[in-house]
Amino acid sequence: MPTIIEEGKDTIIFVTKEDHEAPSNAELVEEDPNDPYEERGLILPSGEINWNCPCLGGMASGPCGSEFKEAFSCFHYSKEEVKGSECLDQFRSMQECMQRYPELYPQEDEKDEKDKQEQATESGANAASEGQKDNDTTESEVKS
Amino acid sequence: MLKCRAVWRKLAPLARSASTQCRHNVKTALNNGRRQAFVPATHMSTGPAGGGGSENTLYVVLVGAACLGGGAYAYMTVRGDSKRYEERISELASRSAKEAPESQPPVAPEPEEAAPTSEESAPVAELSGETESASAEEPVTETPPEAAEQAAPVLAEAEPVAEVPPEAVEEAPPVVEEAAEEPVTEAPPAAEPETVQEAPTEPAVTSLPESAPAPEPVSAPLTLPSHAPYLLIGGGTASFAAARSIRARDPGAKVLIVTDEPNLPYMRPPLSKELWFSDDPSVTETLRFKQWNGKERSIYFQPSSFYVKPEELTSAENGGVAVLTGKKVIQMDVRGNKVKLDDDTEISYDKCLIGTGGVPRNLQVIEKAGDEVMNRTTLFRKIEDFKSLDNVSRNVKSITIIGGGFLGSELACALGRRSSETGLEVIQMFPEKGNMGKVLPEYLSNWTTEKVKKEGVRIVPEALVKSVAFKEDKLEILLKDGRQVKTDHIVAAVGLEPNVDLAKSAGLEVDSDFGGYRVNAELQARSNIWVAGDAACFYDIRLGRRRVEHHDHAVVSGRLAGENMTGANKPYWHQSMFWSDLGPDVGYEAIGIVDSSLPTVGVFAKATSKDTPKAATEQSGTGIRSESETEATAVTPVASSTPAPVMEHKDEYGKGVIFYLRDKVVVGIILWNVFNRMPIARKIIKDGEEHADLNEVAKLFNIHED
Repeated sequence: MPTIIEEGKDTIIFVTKEDHEAPSNAELVEEDPNDPYEERGLILPSGEINWNCPCLGGMASGPCGSEFKEAFSCFHYSKEEVKGSECLDQFRSMQECMQRYPELYPQEDEKDEKDKQEQATESGANAASEGQKDNDTTESEVKS
Repeated sequence: MLKCRAVWRKLAPLARSASTQCRHNVKTALNNGRRQAFVPATHMSTGPAGGGGSENTLYVVLVGAACLGGGAYAYMTVRGDSKRYEERISELASRSAKEAPESQPPVAPEPEEAAPTSEESAPVAELSGETESASAEEPVTETPPEAAEQAAPVLAEAEPVAEVPPEAVEEAPPVVEEAAEEPVTEAPPAAEPETVQEAPTEPAVTSLPESAPAPEPVSAPLTLPSHAPYLLIGGGTASFAAARSIRARDPGAKVLIVTDEPNLPYMRPPLSKELWFSDDPSVTETLRFKQWNGKERSIYFQPSSFYVKPEELTSAENGGVAVLTGKKVIQMDVRGNKVKLDDDTEISYDKCLIGTGGVPRNLQVIEKAGDEVMNRTTLFRKIEDFKSLDNVSRNVKSITIIGGGFLGSELACALGRRSSETGLEVIQMFPEKGNMGKVLPEYLSNWTTEKVKKEGVRIVPEALVKSVAFKEDKLEILLKDGRQVKTDHIVAAVGLEPNVDLAKSAGLEVDSDFGGYRVNAELQARSNIWVAGDAACFYDIRLGRRRVEHHDHAVVSGRLAGENMTGANKPYWHQSMFWSDLGPDVGYEAIGIVDSSLPTVGVFAKATSKDTPKAATEQSGTGIRSESETEATAVTPVASSTPAPVMEHKDEYGKGVIFYLRDKVVVGIILWNVFNRMPIARKIIKDGEEHADLNEVAKLFNIHED
């Protein structure tokens, strides 16, 4: 049984693990999925992209914000079999922009992306490593 | 949140493969003509879906051909243009030699200067277009980075020049020498448009293809903008959050931040926490701190390359955020929608945010005590205060902190930690009985005070300062009950005075209960004026009118204000949180109204050594506490060089949840050494329900688990 101590207006309850084992019977109000005020995630209920999502960091607001928005929008609405396959131009210009601000878009992200590529690949792990190798060698040709 | 990350993860490989693909295509296309070497189809299939086989090859061919064709066309156009330009210049040069004298000096240097700039601009495919007629040749180019993307030539005629840089005209009225923007056709050339629309001082620049305004300042001093669509007064957390929000929602928005500090926007919590625990001796210069995951970051939200220069803001094609430092707004004309700076310049705006924060309060007795005392007193708020206190702490023997709230306690702990190395005496005095006396219920405040003492701080509770004097090279603090404290330096952490200097000239209401500008639930003070951060006394539709002085609130309210400035009309709804760490084993996160005068119910479990701030971040792998809350919040709990001690058996308040009640409704929650459960706390406050048994509510937090 929980130990309850009253100290003036303050109540102190000590509970052991067993005391809290039974599930709570506290009632919470059901969430309204259409609550207009609620903080939204990346995708709004309407299906649009929430550019103000904290998860995007400064991506949509920085110097490359417009390029990022175009690329990501294109990807998001892409109905191609390979999603985003028609968005190469946008991604290319976004990447070019980002390379102009290495301070803001550090290249160390490549390391994370390598890991992600490993995970994301469904057909053949060697595909990912080939993609990177190519990426690294052609990096120097990006100047425009 | 996880979904965003997952989506972004999916995105990244596509970006990579996209760029790789294109470059690869162009390379091979140029080498082998149209014949594509077999590109492993798996390039495309590193995306989320599996890739098709032969369709890919065809696709690759088409894309490669398109890129090649586009590139070739652009190249040809540029070559042709530059050639035509050269011819024109030489023609003008010869013609201008016979022209009236006044047009000569400007013209002669002009073509020469313009020539080299256009040389560089030409290969960058900057010329966005030309007409055939030589005279009306007035393409307007924007700054190179953006223009590089416009492959398609745009026909520009004489007329558009009048409208095209209307911003430029506005920006440049005092300085009409921004010749780059306003070409003038000279007398003879066939076409009518004598685009001599600008002021007489305009050098007679003939129709030159222009290069970007930025690389061609010539002799023109670039001016500060006289109009900013979005003007943010104050360069702190709220303004930065608003700027980000505006830019995210209004593409191409031009945001101008005006701050009287010399720094770019930075986050404040590390100034009293992480920066003190850094091992780096140059930390006062770098202002970088290490998070628990080892990653370092600067206190500045973004490096300077993120921002646009104020002079270039008006002409920036995609807009941007510019920070005007060292300037103070002293007057606001609300009806005229403009502000006046301390150097008498005026800036007009469409929408304005006031994020002026506040100024640390001082004790009257100190202010009256004279210069010797004032020179030895620090009011801690800004970067310069951190630097000076760091310096002081290395050179004196004793520091006294007056104030027992968040700032005072955190600084006391930080300096107390230092005292173990340097023998510095750290004293903390406050009117309450224990640390955080106005926030924590008494039993918890006492417990916390004991912990602070363990950090090496000498606590003087129930202390009301009567007078301070400088005697025999020491500061003598005399308390009302007769006690005396001798020290070398004082840090006054006795509250914040919200900065409402503009209220009078702007005709804005100031709240008498909480201080600050009075705004509605949407953070609006008057039409086109919003207030966010420490200076805003706003209506919280759940908890009532209040003013909050916390970092996360600045972020949340700044973001909300930015949304509302771009038309969202959302009230303050997402409850902000705050946190504090006092030593390695006391850390808590809190949300809502946390006032010790309210009745409280605290539910505690026995703590294990796993329940410390350090353990929380190590375990969850997030270097940033409350990363799930707002990405812009500052950072980790206290860096601890000593291992967290095992909790003693009698340590009753190891971890738990404390509910603050108002009329039986939970209005505030503290998560005591219990982390990553803020969303539940937020939900309970949002519901605003009466709960009969708060122990049942506490079960929702799973305080016994990690």
